[in-house]
Amino acid sequence: MWQIALVLGIYLPLVIVAGHYLYHVTMQQKTWLDPVMNRIDNIIYKISGIKQVNMTGKQYVLALILSNAIMVLIGYIILRIQSALFLNPNGIGTMEATLSFNTIISFMTNTNLQHYSGESGLSYLSQMLVITFMMFTSAATGYAACMAFCRRLVAKTDTLGNFFVDFVRVITRVLIPISFIVALILVFQGSPQTFNSNETVHTIEGNMQDIALGPIASLESIKHVGTNGGGFNGANSTTPFENPTVISNIVEMLSMMLLPGACVVAFSLMVVNRKRKTLFGKQGLVIFAAMSILFLIGLTTCYLAERAGNPIIGELGITQDLGSMEGKEMRFGVAQSALFTVVTTAFTTGSVNNMHDTLTPLGGMVPLFNMMLNVVFGGKGVGLMNMMMYVMLTIFIACLMIGRTPQFLGKKIEEKEMKLIALCILIHPAIILVFSALAVSTVAGVEGITNPGAHGLSQVLYEYASSSANNGSGFEGLSDNSTFWNVTTGLAMFFGRYLSIIIQLTIASLLAKKLWHSESVGTLKTDNAMFTFLLVAIVLMIGALTFLPALALGPITEHLQIRS
Amino acid sequence: METTSKKSFITGEIMKSSILEAFRKLNPVNMVKNPVLFVVEIGFILVLLLAIFPNMMGDDNGGHLRLYNAIVAVILLVTILFANFAESIAEGRGKAQVQTLKKTNTVTEARVLLSDGTQVMKQANELIKGDIVIVQAGEVIPNDGEVIEGIATVDESAITGESAPVVKERGGDFSSVTGGTTVTSDWLKIEITSLPGESFLDKMIALIEGASRKKTPNEIALNTLLVSLTIIFLLVVVTLYPMTTYLNVDIPVATLIALIVCLIPTTIGGLLSAIGIAGMDRVTQFNVIAMSGRAVEACGDVDTLILDKTGTITYGNRLASEFSPVLGVDKKELIRAAWLSSLTDDTPEGKSILSLAIKLNVDAADEKKIIKTSDPISFTAQTRMSGLDMQNGTKIRKGAYDSIKNRSVAAGHALPKDLEGLVHQVSSLGGTPLVVTENDNILGVIYLKDVVKPGLKERFELLRAMGIKTIMCTGDNPLTAATIAKEAGVDGFIAESKPEDKINVIKEEQAQGKIVAMTGDGTNDAPALAQANVGLAMNSGTNAAKEAANMVDLDSNPTKIIEVVEIGKQLLMTRGALTTFSIANDVAKYFAIIPAMLMVAVPEMGALNVMQLNSPTSAIISALIFNAIIIPLLIPIAMKGVKYKPMSASKLLSRNLLVYGLGGIIAPFIGIKFIDLIIGPILRMMGL
Repeated sequence: MWQIALVLGIYLPLVIVAGHYLYHVTMQQKTWLDPVMNRIDNIIYKISGIKQVNMTGKQYVLALILSNAIMVLIGYIILRIQSALFLNPNGIGTMEATLSFNTIISFMTNTNLQHYSGESGLSYLSQMLVITFMMFTSAATGYAACMAFCRRLVAKTDTLGNFFVDFVRVITRVLIPISFIVALILVFQGSPQTFNSNETVHTIEGNMQDIALGPIASLESIKHVGTNGGGFNGANSTTPFENPTVISNIVEMLSMMLLPGACVVAFSLMVVNRKRKTLFGKQGLVIFAAMSILFLIGLTTCYLAERAGNPIIGELGITQDLGSMEGKEMRFGVAQSALFTVVTTAFTTGSVNNMHDTLTPLGGMVPLFNMMLNVVFGGKGVGLMNMMMYVMLTIFIACLMIGRTPQFLGKKIEEKEMKLIALCILIHPAIILVFSALAVSTVAGVEGITNPGAHGLSQVLYEYASSSANNGSGFEGLSDNSTFWNVTTGLAMFFGRYLSIIIQLTIASLLAKKLWHSESVGTLKTDNAMFTFLLVAIVLMIGALTFLPALALGPITEHLQIRS
Repeated sequence: METTSKKSFITGEIMKSSILEAFRKLNPVNMVKNPVLFVVEIGFILVLLLAIFPNMMGDDNGGHLRLYNAIVAVILLVTILFANFAESIAEGRGKAQVQTLKKTNTVTEARVLLSDGTQVMKQANELIKGDIVIVQAGEVIPNDGEVIEGIATVDESAITGESAPVVKERGGDFSSVTGGTTVTSDWLKIEITSLPGESFLDKMIALIEGASRKKTPNEIALNTLLVSLTIIFLLVVVTLYPMTTYLNVDIPVATLIALIVCLIPTTIGGLLSAIGIAGMDRVTQFNVIAMSGRAVEACGDVDTLILDKTGTITYGNRLASEFSPVLGVDKKELIRAAWLSSLTDDTPEGKSILSLAIKLNVDAADEKKIIKTSDPISFTAQTRMSGLDMQNGTKIRKGAYDSIKNRSVAAGHALPKDLEGLVHQVSSLGGTPLVVTENDNILGVIYLKDVVKPGLKERFELLRAMGIKTIMCTGDNPLTAATIAKEAGVDGFIAESKPEDKINVIKEEQAQGKIVAMTGDGTNDAPALAQANVGLAMNSGTNAAKEAANMVDLDSNPTKIIEVVEIGKQLLMTRGALTTFSIANDVAKYFAIIPAMLMVAVPEMGALNVMQLNSPTSAIISALIFNAIIIPLLIPIAMKGVKYKPMSASKLLSRNLLVYGLGGIIAPFIGIKFIDLIIGPILRMMGL
């Protein structure tokens, strides 16, 4: 327990500092890195011909989509011809077409769902030029979208900010510096960072074993800082090279929690008057609090469920005193594993330090539910945008209850916005449920399921929730490298990412162009405890109501069965 | 507009026609307009077919489900009928009003005055703009127009419900007449200003009839939300089917449809249009005609109210409030003289002096005798005083300071030293001083005061609590204005205001992001009425003002804007409250249906049957019945609107959340359990 408290205790001051820094970067205000970074940025702008003009919402989205499309194309080609390229000391072959499709979408959308195993499926070049590169660019894309969104909520015009500038600045000033520091800590803790080929060693038993090496630490750092989650190795952060110690485990958790939380802090600073010195703006604090409440509910449930152990294994004579240790690393134990599980799904990173497939049913339901909600901090930037959809929905209902037409930050939420908000909230459950239904009713889908009954259904739900939420963690146990699973999860990731971003930025554009209305004691207060409570209630209502039947068939049935 | 229909909420006649209408509305072409209920109707048809052909879905032993399917089908049908019924009732009340209005709108002929001076009879529907008509006592005015000659009393009860006739004459604020009203004395020459079919009355009928009732922006937005929720739940249940099939859990189709119907927001979906119609209707009941629903919604958002002083905040007339004798005069003496001076004075000021004197125990025993025997002296512009000459030769006068002073000095009396001080004191308080004399001897001063309407101060305080700022406009000097403003408790005032000042204030407020409401009647108010977000024109006002405003008050009572604001808020609140209630209900329905649905295949699910319902079948049917019955139970709330007391937004939110949010979670647990207790044994007897 104290380990959990320690991590959360370090997190809070850290996130506020990061939020202020992020705010300065976004609003082009002075930071101590400016003297160096301005020069670097200007070189980049000059080389790539970026004119730093303000864009309309539409231009911004277009720039975002096009630049992502080009990266997808180049990445796909590299994966398909990696065997013929350099930096391939282990002689890895080319990747199959549907798997390449899945992989490239997966990394461009910040999902990092892996239907391949890094050590046997990717050359070092692919690891760096496709995987690591996209870990930076996809995180920067999500962040740029979020800041474009937030800026429009507080602005009185739709023409502001340049995608390419935001994109470059966040990579050079946020992602690279933080990743660099984290990578150094990981190397210090024992993660390898090398271009040498795998080592083959003789084990004590007299067998031969390949020890996978490579530029692991650098990938590992951005994997968490950018809430990516795709591991160098198939087994992700459970392996000693990716996550050697408890300290590295804590550093990785903090890395993934840092920027999604900082986005909320940055947003809060945008809302308050720019001139006033504020630690944490109230409007953002309310949202942060709502996310934290949802996070803590999940964490408590998961920890208690894992702590209680699995009675069926208990009956086999294996002690459950330490909790359910199946699929967990001894060096992490139940507390660090449960925390990592909840963090990685709440912040939609998707790296794992234990096998989620072997979590107890309720313990496994928590990560599943986190991804179904997709607003418990969520991925870098996009989590905040998703939460904003619920904020607006809550405002809509709450404003009606006090007899006002709905208004958020002085802008009226009317029919057009409501349509888009509703659509945006609808997309995520639609993707998860429709694809899951498709998977369990087709032969190709059912072939991938490795467990019978309720647990099998949980695997399917988890896979699509993870895809649509752009999380990328796997319940594993699913043999998912088949055409069906590669294509459907690829589509789920694609729609889950881009449809949401397009719709959300459209909403922000609409609001930016609207007349501003004043606030008085007669208008709804959206920055107090009451609103936090209401927001949590609405998220749980819509989330729980949408997914409860499916959850009842999967984890809840399984829980009742093993407990009876 | 009968006064009886205002009070009773549903008459037997409306009830009967609404029931019929509820069935007529089952037509799918009509139901498509309400997607939430359309889904229920499709579900009903499916389950009905399953009741007739139980094996339709390839279920071999579907036979035993025939009865169950039939019961579900009946409940679904009843659900739709309840929703249709709610809408019909709301429409029915409007229709009753239209009937009365239409009766008055059947003028056949009009006497048109041609340019050569001859008169011809013309069909009323052939009149065009600019025609001059003559209407005599007992005749109905054929269309809206302006009086250009004559003076007459007009009975406007057809549209205002006010039985006392109104005087109409050329020029000023009482020159416009409305088609359908009746001239009761004398005659009027009227220039027609509307085309046939476009008169005020026609517009009013169209509005109430709902023919031109467009959905308001907020209603459309809410409807969007409800449709999305419906789609989500449709998806949830449709995708549930393959998942249960994969797990070999057998769930009857009727149960899945029951689950959909229970989850989609049928309660608010069924009541939404009724709430809108009833909201507009409530405005009409207040004798205010809103030109659009949008205007009523905007009322809920008002931040600033701009009110005229005279007639709105104060009574139009000044009233006596104090008698101040000069030095050496007994107060009783002054009161008696003031009383005497006003005995034959019929002006409101005079009457107020009488009533104040009586309140101060003046000796009024010989009233009738004095009136009979005295010579009344009435007010003229030259003398600027009035009073009476009594039989015993005593001359009592009251009047303006200057006139009385001159008369008194001319009669050889010395002016009391403190007189000027008294007069000045009254003026500085914003009042009008009247000086009283007995045989030209000055006794003292009557303080005529601008009296703030009772209760307004408290109302402005409530408005402030709701976040609404009040600004008073007056032609008075700043000193007087400040006095009245302080007394009325308004937040701001504009003294010596000209009509263009009003529009500037409105623009300023709007630039600060405020929604502004104002009332007005004169032609020079028209631009300001148009600029304001909510403009309430007086029916007695000019046509220009009425055209510019988005609401017209038929009673011409400017204070009514406050009520209209409250109705606007109440309309939105009713929508919000019932939406919250509807969504909150789903929690209990889940706890009833999900365990029931899965218990057969997964017996452990019994652990989630927290309500301890009799059987799975009973649980599902109880939830469905609750879902249907809640609609008619909420009709009164939808019609009357949720209870509303002005208070701050935060308090209002907590209160409504407690009642409709928490209430919405708890109520169905109790309701479903209760229904289950009754129908559980019945279903068992039926073998289900």
